[in-house]
Amino acid sequence: MRAYIPSYDLRVPGSFSEALALLAREPGVWQPFAGGTDLMVLLEAGKLSHKRFFSVARFNDLRGIEMSTDYLTLGALTTYTEVQRHETLQKEFSLLCAAAKETGSIATQNRGTLGGNIMNASPAADTPPALLVYDAEIELVSVRGIRWLPYHGFHTGYKKTRIAPDELLRAIKIPRRAKRWRQYYRKVGTRKAQAISKVCFAGAAFVENGAIQDVRIALGSVAPIVQRAVKTEDVLRGNKLTPAMIASAKEILVREIVPIDDIRSTAQYRLRVAQNLLEEFLSELTK
Amino acid sequence: MEEKYFGHSVIRKEGREKVTGRARYVDDLTVPDMLHGVTVRSSIPRGRIRAIRFGDGIPWSEFTVVTAADIPGKNEVALIEHDQQCLAAEVFNHPEEAIVLLAHPDRYLLEEARRAVQIDVEPLPAIFTIEDSIAKRAVIYGDDNVFKSYHMEKGDVDAAWALADVIVEGEYRTGAQEQLYIENQGMIATANSTDGVTVWGSLQCPYYVHKALVPIFNLPADKIRVIQTETGGGFGGKEEYPSIIAAHAALLALKSGRPVKMIYDRAEDMVATTKRHPSRTRHRTGLTRDGKLVVMDIDFVIDGGAYATLSSVVLSRGTIHAAGPYSCPNVRVRSRAMATNAPPHGAFRGFGAPQSIFAIERHMDQIARAINLSPEEIRRRNFISKGQTTSTGQLIHEDINFNALLDRAFRESDYQAKRERFARENPGAPIKRGIGFAAFMHGAGFTGSGEVYLASVVEVEATAQGIVRVLAASTEIGQGTNTVFSQIAADALGISYDRIEIAQPDTGAVPNSGPTVASRTSMVVGNLVETAARDLKHKLVDSGLLCDQCTEDEFVRACRRYIETRGPLRSRSVYEPPPGLLWDDKKYSGDAYGTYAWAVYVAEVAVDTVTFEARVTDFVALQEVGKVIHPVLAAGQIEGGVAQAIGMALYENVVWRDGRMANGQMTNYIMPTAADVPPIRVFFEEQPYPFGPHGAKGIGELPMDGPAPAIVNAIENAIGISICEIPATPEVLMEAMTEKAGAIA
Amino acid sequence: MPEPVNKIDIDCMVNGERRHVRAFPMARLLDVLREEMNLTGTKEGCGEGECGACAVLINGAIVNSCLLPAIEVNGAEIRTIEGIAQGDQLNAVQEAFLQCGGAQCGICTPGMVIASTALLERHPHPSDAEIREGLAGNLCRCTGYQKIFAAVVRACESSGNKNTGTR
Repeated sequence: MRAYIPSYDLRVPGSFSEALALLAREPGVWQPFAGGTDLMVLLEAGKLSHKRFFSVARFNDLRGIEMSTDYLTLGALTTYTEVQRHETLQKEFSLLCAAAKETGSIATQNRGTLGGNIMNASPAADTPPALLVYDAEIELVSVRGIRWLPYHGFHTGYKKTRIAPDELLRAIKIPRRAKRWRQYYRKVGTRKAQAISKVCFAGAAFVENGAIQDVRIALGSVAPIVQRAVKTEDVLRGNKLTPAMIASAKEILVREIVPIDDIRSTAQYRLRVAQNLLEEFLSELTK
Repeated sequence: MEEKYFGHSVIRKEGREKVTGRARYVDDLTVPDMLHGVTVRSSIPRGRIRAIRFGDGIPWSEFTVVTAADIPGKNEVALIEHDQQCLAAEVFNHPEEAIVLLAHPDRYLLEEARRAVQIDVEPLPAIFTIEDSIAKRAVIYGDDNVFKSYHMEKGDVDAAWALADVIVEGEYRTGAQEQLYIENQGMIATANSTDGVTVWGSLQCPYYVHKALVPIFNLPADKIRVIQTETGGGFGGKEEYPSIIAAHAALLALKSGRPVKMIYDRAEDMVATTKRHPSRTRHRTGLTRDGKLVVMDIDFVIDGGAYATLSSVVLSRGTIHAAGPYSCPNVRVRSRAMATNAPPHGAFRGFGAPQSIFAIERHMDQIARAINLSPEEIRRRNFISKGQTTSTGQLIHEDINFNALLDRAFRESDYQAKRERFARENPGAPIKRGIGFAAFMHGAGFTGSGEVYLASVVEVEATAQGIVRVLAASTEIGQGTNTVFSQIAADALGISYDRIEIAQPDTGAVPNSGPTVASRTSMVVGNLVETAARDLKHKLVDSGLLCDQCTEDEFVRACRRYIETRGPLRSRSVYEPPPGLLWDDKKYSGDAYGTYAWAVYVAEVAVDTVTFEARVTDFVALQEVGKVIHPVLAAGQIEGGVAQAIGMALYENVVWRDGRMANGQMTNYIMPTAADVPPIRVFFEEQPYPFGPHGAKGIGELPMDGPAPAIVNAIENAIGISICEIPATPEVLMEAMTEKAGAIA
Repeated sequence: MPEPVNKIDIDCMVNGERRHVRAFPMARLLDVLREEMNLTGTKEGCGEGECGACAVLINGAIVNSCLLPAIEVNGAEIRTIEGIAQGDQLNAVQEAFLQCGGAQCGICTPGMVIASTALLERHPHPSDAEIREGLAGNLCRCTGYQKIFAAVVRACESSGNKNTGTR
């Protein structure tokens, strides 16, 4: 059942600072509206409870991809299409490109943004697992100032984050050290395109002398938030990839995730497939 | 007769409008002074209505509100039985049943009002599965929950078990499937006491809607007019349901005195309208040691949902197709359509046959395994052929050679080589490949004496400018009715395709050529078009205005002269059954269909053992369908049907929660995208059918039957596990593969 | 009843013409096109960005108009199915859809034509995988997609011929 459209406000502040001032003046009253690919779906279903939004689409402060020797900084409004077309991202951050490519359709990729994907805080979001694996940091801005947070830990519960009511997500920073890491991304969503993930797995590892020197693993759709599998990483770190090691990592993983039954799949399936994906990731490291 | 157009892929008649966006579907139309209408529905599966409350904050005086009390005639949706209410009056029997209708000029406000209507209900016991319905956990229809049952028997089943060396049993299940036409259901209605009721909308069967509106409005037939607008897909989903939305729009129009447009959004369309009947089939089959079928005992049950609607007919087709294209001397099919508290299940391409064919074609592979024959060998030993009888006792007159079809399908798909290669390569591979097939037949047209009862009529008329219009109630819903009728008429008249116009289906202007269902339009109605067109030409020839071999200009002149001197130039044809067809409706035996299409489909799959996802990687569809009228349209029908059936086999899972579809969004009900379909290679064998136009038979439903069992047979070939239910989702495959692994360990 | 907000002015170019409408800020572009501009070639299939029947080109990029608030197209250049043909002259994709049987019921066709046009603008000679990916956001329930793939191939062949002139 559709929402009552006339009761929804969507304003276009003249500038980024004007938007921040609006947020400071009436914290919690206004929420940012970026690509709209999630919010409009809720609106159509009559499930968008918040009613006052401001558009951030035209703020150049939130656009663009900047490169330095050590980091790539992506504006919050970077679209999935821009991610896929960016040469350095293609070369060094294949997980993020793969995630962007598998998010919705091309029409969605043209509108949907990384910032929106983070702030919508869906446990089934496609790019957050990749961002977690890359140790992304996020920049939150308000009239009070700027703060950088590690992305890991930003989501505190289902659709909950650590952003303050007067803050806006401006950028996402990822360290350029993934080049030497082996990377693995797989989204499982029944059909090949236009799927919402049932399980999404992103992993990266730095392997030297036959042992895992460092590793990051993150999963979507297996917990109320997109989740880093920290305990599984700990078990693997510093160890050689023996079948016994893989088996014990799989054991740890099932204790770290808490998938549920829902209309898209079952907890059982998600547990099992998450383990299988971990095994596939680790097996590929040995090749 | 010259076949200038028949057999050629001419440009789709209304194609230009469609590729330019100019084609007008119902939601593209507006009428001055029009209101919008919406439906307020039940939120629980079954209950008694205690009160209807209109919440605060809505200017209710601006709204038109309709309840069952506003229905001028009978509160029923006339179809076969009379159990379905147009609007629930006291008791409702399924979630999303219509109770209150609202109309208002402001579409946005209307949604807000819909949310503000509260219906107080006293819940009643409800049942949701075939098993609970059979067990009478609650009795919700008649005294046993049975909408309809059939008992079909050939030979002496009870005695025949003694002759069997081997008995193989199996149980097979198919789930509900949403038609998922991309254009949602919609209607526009006007109504007043002097002019009666007129509706325009997205529909397959104008005269079904007409029949339903007459008793609801208690008006004479000529005061009800139903007009089909461009229709964005039907697949059976717009066979019976449009009667309801037409009635609702017209009730609002009558009460408000203004035109009313009612368009469902996707969520409403998915949760409230019909789906394919879920089914359970049990097979018990006796064979000789060398694999000859001796006796087949089949128990076929479908879930009809809350009202009888078309379940009896769906059950009938499923029953008749349950024993497959095999010759077996002793066959019994017992079947039932059961009531549950889900929205009524309804027509969907294949109409019961895909369900029972899934069962028999899976079962044949089980039999093969049980007696250690190959899947093809067990079938080769039992294929029906000319001179043998089907399970209804119908003698096959056609020279059908299933072995040759199988040979060709195997050749085109490289079946044997692939089977060997996969067996070699699968061990140890994370992706297991498999290839499987299904052999099947599909009866074209209405069952038994159905076409005789329908007594379809087609008219053809010419204008003074030599334009010939075909008047029929058969609808263009994407399958190509307009094009095929034009080809047939043009050839019969010896004039160009562009001279033919197809009249908009309008019960006020076209005769009843029957519903657009059952793969009957080209074969049955097309034949009537040909007869009527030929008669029209004969009129010109007989009147001396035209010789038999004429130019287009001569034809045009003759039309003008005829009309000037003699008046309207029209002809009409009425259905006549092919000679010798005999059907006994009581015993359910005899000639079930005038003819059948025959087919062998081969599917190749890849099953990923990491994710348990099965994908179809190649598909060969070979069928004998009589003469092909339009190769591109015909292949398009097959390809589209195969894709729908791939969805049915692997992806399309209706998640039920207390009788309500819980995943009623396109995001969560997974139909195949362009990235999911394999190459679909279509091949036709053409043996002319003497009673179809130029030898054509029906094909529309055929491609829905074979893919699911072929795919699941291929899955068994890939993973060595027999899956007996569809959709074979990754979750289903995981469970089966885990059990198997457990059993081995 | 919740309080309605004020309508806002929207100015944009649609199929080469300057258009001005007033609409609620969160009104969907789809509704504005269909109801305010009478451009009903853009269809609604799902309202949730899944089926692609409402696809339009905004500043050259394909977008689902059901997921776009009208306010966001202020100043934008929009191309709908009505702006694809040049008068009576179909574009190569439309012509190929006609020839190959790419349209059946026709309801997904406007979106498919838009998606195919966008695809060919980006990949003038798309591979099979690129075609599938390019059209994966547009659901068709009639064709099984095969004839649509064929139409895209044909369209790129025919426009390729034009480009190479005398070849």
